[in-house]
Amino acid sequence: MNYDNILNKTITEIKPSGIRKFFDIASSMRDVISLGVGEPDFPTPWKIRNEAIRTLERGKTRYSSNSGLSELREEIARYMERKFALSYDPEGEVLVTIGGSEAIDACVRVITNPGDEIIIPQPSYVCYEPIVQMAGGVPIIIETKAENDFKVTPTELAVAISPRTKALILPYPCNPTGAIMEKGDLVKLAEVLRGTDILVLSDEIYAELTFGELSHVSPAAVEEMKERTVVINGFSKAFSMTGWRLGFACGPRDILRQMTKLHQFAIMCAPTTSQYAAVEALRTCDEEVAEMMAEYDMRRRIMVDGFCKIGLPCREPKGAFYAFPCISSTGMTSDEFCEKLLHAKHVALVPGTAFGQGGEGFVRASYCYSTDHIHEALRRVGEFLEELK
Amino acid sequence: MRKRILKMLNKNARASMEDMAAATGRTTAEVAAEIGRLEDEGIIRGYKTVIDWGKTEKPYVSAIIELKVTPKTGRGFEEIAERITMFPEVESVYLMSGVYDLNVVVKCRTFEEVAMFVAKELSTLESVTSTATHFVLRRYKELDVALGVKEPDERGLIS
Repeated sequence: MNYDNILNKTITEIKPSGIRKFFDIASSMRDVISLGVGEPDFPTPWKIRNEAIRTLERGKTRYSSNSGLSELREEIARYMERKFALSYDPEGEVLVTIGGSEAIDACVRVITNPGDEIIIPQPSYVCYEPIVQMAGGVPIIIETKAENDFKVTPTELAVAISPRTKALILPYPCNPTGAIMEKGDLVKLAEVLRGTDILVLSDEIYAELTFGELSHVSPAAVEEMKERTVVINGFSKAFSMTGWRLGFACGPRDILRQMTKLHQFAIMCAPTTSQYAAVEALRTCDEEVAEMMAEYDMRRRIMVDGFCKIGLPCREPKGAFYAFPCISSTGMTSDEFCEKLLHAKHVALVPGTAFGQGGEGFVRASYCYSTDHIHEALRRVGEFLEELK
Repeated sequence: MRKRILKMLNKNARASMEDMAAATGRTTAEVAAEIGRLEDEGIIRGYKTVIDWGKTEKPYVSAIIELKVTPKTGRGFEEIAERITMFPEVESVYLMSGVYDLNVVVKCRTFEEVAMFVAKELSTLESVTSTATHFVLRRYKELDVALGVKEPDERGLIS
């Protein structure tokens, strides 16, 4: 059997994630200390786990409606109102999905005809480009710049737009750069998009993880933008619920209707136990979330401080849970730096280039770790830099 | 800054000045000065270590003693509570709502020592009308710290 004859070329030609290579090397080594993980170290708050247990005990294990439990959609609508001043109708404008990932995939698929262009700022999370390609679309990359704090500028956007542009993906707060888009930045992009039929797919999975004086602003909250924005969020990061696989999309009824259709045929519904747990999360866990966010904020400051002290300049990440220090002073590429560091000091960082070519010269370090762990990793990176001199 | 320092120290009394400075955006000198003030004001009362004594060669035993006492006119429970606080065997003393008045946690080397301490020292105090001793058989969580087997980090190395 020649499997090449039956496999889909679009899919076989997609390169595996750059993260994977480092994962394989690191996994083969002992006593590796990693700053490579993109998931919270906190367990899911007990109340949420307990609610899941309760619903299992009561046998509440059936399918939910395709778009999700109605009480969950109602809670999501309240949450969007309370946190981001956005109002959505739980009937028709909210879809509960298997993680934010499924929502991104569904949204891209329902808008993409073969050859349509979708604009993706990079460095950014690894899934957007392959998802667009798998939907038959053409990814148009904007390489955001360190000097612009890794934000998308209106000029960059204007240059990237063509008659075939279907959508702009806005991945903010950004993994891996920690960049956010402030209200003013979004207003400028809105001016470029006004009068077009370009959709914004706003991946706001890290929205709660916005630090300092600023709080997260959704592009949908900018004047005239709601009608052209699909907001994607989920429970993985803010509520420490990665393995529950639960996310959601909110947006214009006409788009959500098609996404729900796709979801209905491909998925049926998101896991019901996770949905009940999520209702509890939204109803009662603001305090737990705030506490975890305060802890991340503390680690964020410690990590940025640590990188600067050992001589790797590091901008202050305003969101998500990653620092993105610059390693170009070592004369190495991001890939070389990470590989040598891993072999010499058994510290796993992720090269910036895993998130797009624009990440060259940078590495991603997650602070989803205890402060002791962060200190030990930084100490080893410091040693590595000393030995390079 | 104050709230943040207290939270950090409450979680880890050995948090470094550098970490607290980084976390609060102040200098180490400012953090040290603030901690000094917190100590002077009696807000920070001490720095202790959470020890699983069961794993050591000289384990201690503990007991929770429920005391019923007759409060003194004008001084209420203060006098007897302060008196009990003096004993080095006593780890903590709480005034309780409910069926008894004072909850006293006692730590000694053996169960016999605890029993003798209650019989000789506590029950003989003038205002104590009755005692009930409950021995601690096993500790599962102490000062927010679970004493069971540490769960390994099950996350992958990179994701």
